[in-house]
This record gives sequence, C-alpha cells and structure tokens, in this order.
Amino acid sequence: MTDSNISEAMRDAVGIEIGRSTSYPVSENDIRRWAIATYWPDDPPARYVHAPSDGSPMVAPEEFNAMSTTWQSASSQTTATPIPKPPGLVFDPDTTEHQVGIEGPGLTNMLNGGMSVEYGVPIKAGDVITSISSLGEYSEREGRLGLMLFSSTVDTWTNQDDEVVKRSTTSLIRY
Amino acid sequence: MTLSPAPEVGAELDPLVHDTGFDTWNRYAAVNYEFVPIHMDDEAGRAAGMPGAFGMGNLQWSYLHVLLRTWLRDEGRIRSLRCDFRVPNTKGVVTARGTITDVSEADGTTLVTLDVWTENADGKKMAPGSAVVEIS
Repeated sequence: MTDSNISEAMRDAVGIEIGRSTSYPVSENDIRRWAIATYWPDDPPARYVHAPSDGSPMVAPEEFNAMSTTWQSASSQTTATPIPKPPGLVFDPDTTEHQVGIEGPGLTNMLNGGMSVEYGVPIKAGDVITSISSLGEYSEREGRLGLMLFSSTVDTWTNQDDEVVKRSTTSLIRY
Repeated sequence: MTLSPAPEVGAELDPLVHDTGFDTWNRYAAVNYEFVPIHMDDEAGRAAGMPGAFGMGNLQWSYLHVLLRTWLRDEGRIRSLRCDFRVPNTKGVVTARGTITDVSEADGTTLVTLDVWTENADGKKMAPGSAVVEIS
C-alpha cells in the first residue's frame, strides 16, 4: 500500500476560502478572441464578432473565462498568506495548497480531471466579474501512473449586480 | 419552443470535428493563458507519461459548449454541463458528439438533457459528460 499524499493540514483546509478576484470590465475584443480560439478553424458565430445593432451589449460564450490571466485581473487576493512558487518552476503542481498557505504533496504531474458547472445570467461586454474560490474535497486511488491524488476547487462568479454567473467545480489529478 | 426539428429522446446532434495539434492548442493557450509545457512541448508531454504533448482539458470543455450552441443556434441556452477528462487529447482528430436522453417541461420551459462527449480518431471517449439545456 502506497503512503497517502493527503496530509493532516490538507484535510483541515477543505472548505476554506482560497481567495477572490475581480476582473476588469469584459471587452468585446476579449469575447472575439475567445470565440476565434475555441471555434478555430471555423469562423465564430457573428454574434461573437459584431456588437448587436440595437446597442445592447455583446454576450459571451457560456464558458468564456473572464478571469483568464490573458486579460489580467483588476484585483486578486488570497485569503491566507500564500507560499511562494518554488524558484525555477514554470508551473507549480502544489498551487492549490500553496494558495492557502500550506505545503502540498510535492507531486510532479498535474492534469485537469473534470469540470462541472451550473450557469446563471450570461456574461456581457462591460460586466465586471468577481470570483470567490474555495478548496474542495481530496481523495486518492491507484491508477495507471501510480497513486493518483484527486482534489477540487469550487468557484462562484457574480457580476457587478451580484447576480450569479456560474457555480463550478474543477477537479485536479496529480501523480 | 422554436427549435427545429423538435428535440426527441435518442436524437443525435450533428458531430463537431476538429483536427487538433499545436495550432489549436496554442490559440487556446493565448486566451486561457495555458502556456504549460505539457501542452506546448512533446518532450514535456513524454516526461508526464504521455506519447507527446497533449491538449488542454479546458479546450475539450469548450468543444462541448460549441457543439451544444451550434445545435441550439439562438433558440436556447446551456443551463449546466459536466464532464470528466479520461483520455488525453494527443494530436489528431477530436469529434464532439451528443445524444438527447430526456425532454421535459417545467414551468413553461422545455429542458433537454443530453449525454455529450469528445472522442478521438479511434472512437474512444475522451471527455464524457452530460448537459442540460433550456429551449427558448
């Protein structure tokens, strides 16, 4: 039996808020670029390219990432004092734990395990989105590549009118 | 309900086919800021135990949304979606598919539940999941 990668500190951290971020106002160009990339090599639908002629704001595709680092955030803060990314690492597999100020399992590989979302009101050009994320449950099981650690992040997005845009859960697999 | 043809249990959505590789992944990395070595470098992909570089799960996620929106046109919206990422998207053809599993009415709204998934050129399901859409 392989030793568990889930520490006492990780178990104690389940459910706590990781942090919150607020976007800059979503721009039409953010929406256009997103649609071009996700419909490629097809052209995106006209509604994601041209603003509506009636003056109403352009509506983003449901999965549009308003918090993408590409467009930067207006503000972003972690709830706890985070542990800095180890020097020399392009991508830190322990980011989840480091964001809440605890040590992670130190595994080297990380994959997106799955996603689940419930959508509320659509994101429109001009919206300012706030994301509040928290740490979900941990579990483990043996896989083809050894003992796999499953963790999740729960995220709620609201717009400037406090309307819920989406509630999502993202699962992470590390090995 | 205006969607035509009207949704029926067992009906299949028109498949959405993408030939994936660095051109699709790099475009997606540019908007989702996923400049991760496993998606951009074959050697990094092999070091992670895969045959080479592989695509983002998030892009599979977008393909499932595009599949549903293409079917819905402007006649509805996606209420919920979930999927698991089971097989990595190595270079090659990815097809997004969907099958209607339930049609119901609630408070004057038509809700359609679907099995949705992406599959590789061998027909192996890569990101199986389900969705609920609301028809206008």
